Amino acid sequence: MTSSIGNVASVAARAGGSVVRQVRSVIDPSAARPANGGHPASGWLAVTVLREPSEIDTASLPAPLAEYGDRIEVRVRPASDDKGTELAARLRDRPSSGSAAHRLSGKDPQADLRSALRRAKQLIEVGEVLAVDPAPHGKRSATPAGALLETWTKVAPKAGVR
Amino acid sequence: MKAVTWRGVNEVGVEDVPEPKILNDHDIILEVGLSVTCGSDLHLLGGYIPAMRAGDVLGHEFMGTVAEVGRAVTKHKVGDRVVVVSFIGCGKCWYCQQGLWSLCDNGNPNPGITEALWGQSIGGCFGYSHAMGGWAGSHAPYIRVPYADQGAFTIPDGVSNERALFASDAAPTGWTGAHQAGVQAGDVVAVWGAGGVGQMAARAAMVMGAERVVVIDRFDNRLEQVRTHIGAETLDYEEVDVPAELREMTGGRGPDVCIEAVGMEAHHPGPAYLYDQVKQQLRLQTDRPTAVREAIYACRKGGTVFTLGVFGGVVDKFPLGAVMNKALTLRGAQQHGHRYVPQILDLMSRDEVKTEHLATHVMPLDDGPKGYRMFKEKEDGCVRAVFRPGG
Repeated sequence: MTSSIGNVASVAARAGGSVVRQVRSVIDPSAARPANGGHPASGWLAVTVLREPSEIDTASLPAPLAEYGDRIEVRVRPASDDKGTELAARLRDRPSSGSAAHRLSGKDPQADLRSALRRAKQLIEVGEVLAVDPAPHGKRSATPAGALLETWTKVAPKAGVR
Repeated sequence: MKAVTWRGVNEVGVEDVPEPKILNDHDIILEVGLSVTCGSDLHLLGGYIPAMRAGDVLGHEFMGTVAEVGRAVTKHKVGDRVVVVSFIGCGKCWYCQQGLWSLCDNGNPNPGITEALWGQSIGGCFGYSHAMGGWAGSHAPYIRVPYADQGAFTIPDGVSNERALFASDAAPTGWTGAHQAGVQAGDVVAVWGAGGVGQMAARAAMVMGAERVVVIDRFDNRLEQVRTHIGAETLDYEEVDVPAELREMTGGRGPDVCIEAVGMEAHHPGPAYLYDQVKQQLRLQTDRPTAVREAIYACRKGGTVFTLGVFGGVVDKFPLGAVMNKALTLRGAQQHGHRYVPQILDLMSRDEVKTEHLATHVMPLDDGPKGYRMFKEKEDGCVRAVFRPGG
């Protein structure tokens, strides 16, 4: 790669979040649509867990969901074609849905519930919640791209449930 | 400990990083024996996958010796010599149970990034950006391996470290491509790219019974490796018209299966290369799909095109009309290595899969920047630069 091309790539790398948003809007035009921001109108968030429905006791949910107590409704039903069980939850007092842009910037009002569902799925399927930090790394340079990515990686774990 | 790190676009460093610790009960800590550069690392270096932070440890293809085991690990003990699949799969979710390990629901702790890009997140990968989980890479003396009972495989006696190393990524990626593309006995298979993954895809197709396998590249030393070590035929795309040659080889039909093992920085001798480079640098497309286009045009009617090279986002001038009207099957995947590694190690133990020739340059970790430069610029015929953390 020539240095001039490398410089262009460097600039582009700094604009990583912007690139992803552009790509996302090309792939999925609904990402740019305000109504519901890609969320179902019902407010249910769901994961599919590879367990029989009889093995998931809504009266004894994994801690991440149990901590919500009466603040959430929980629904369990068989997934199609032996794919396991659909475990869904929604807040009884639902805030207005955050847009896709809100989710990317960490302002998704349902982020914690998404995270709880995902952690509950891991506890049921694997028996542990996978941790990545602290991961060994070298010196972090104080750059706009690094700050952007750090912000993003702080909110990224609270996704994975749509 | 010293580690080879990403410092910025086209900037590789060697610096001190903390040693990894066991964080989950299914972890092991591995003392890295060998860790190798991969063509997909070059996309990180070039800034084409903008999810790296300065200081991130590079490397995802590696083997070594178990140094410490978590409480829930049952398959491995301290001292075991193992090779580790570059993708991280839990083994318990529906995708892993289906053998689609790279799609693991649970292996990526940062699902939000790839979910935003692709609609759903996939599994994690060592040393491959925060989009793929933020996992530390293997170009270091030690690495933490989660879900170790699933992703670490004991190396049979008699298989050298240099051979087993490539059972981490290159070989199982090649096997993924050939198997998921549905290679059948008697097929004619064309493979774009004679790097480690392309060579292994060709070998996998031969093992699966393909009647004729042709590998396409422009570097003489790599094409020579294909002929000598893999036993497949070759075409130099700077010397011949590839689709025309493939038609002639197949009685006018085209290959039954076309496997693209090039990825988002494809090269081409024609004007399409300049066009794709300009559009990629202006971010009007994220990837250069030059080899994929050629594979689609060359493939026989009703055949299968498999994208095994790494792509990240969107491409331009994609021949969807050819895909639809020629009734092609278009598939792609990261590696589902966990399902193929036992077979690959067995074939390696019987000398039916050989990979040592890929390790053209072996060096200590301190030479990380030099190794990546040689690999990227293909200096001195470098096919893969391999780091030996032990010196």
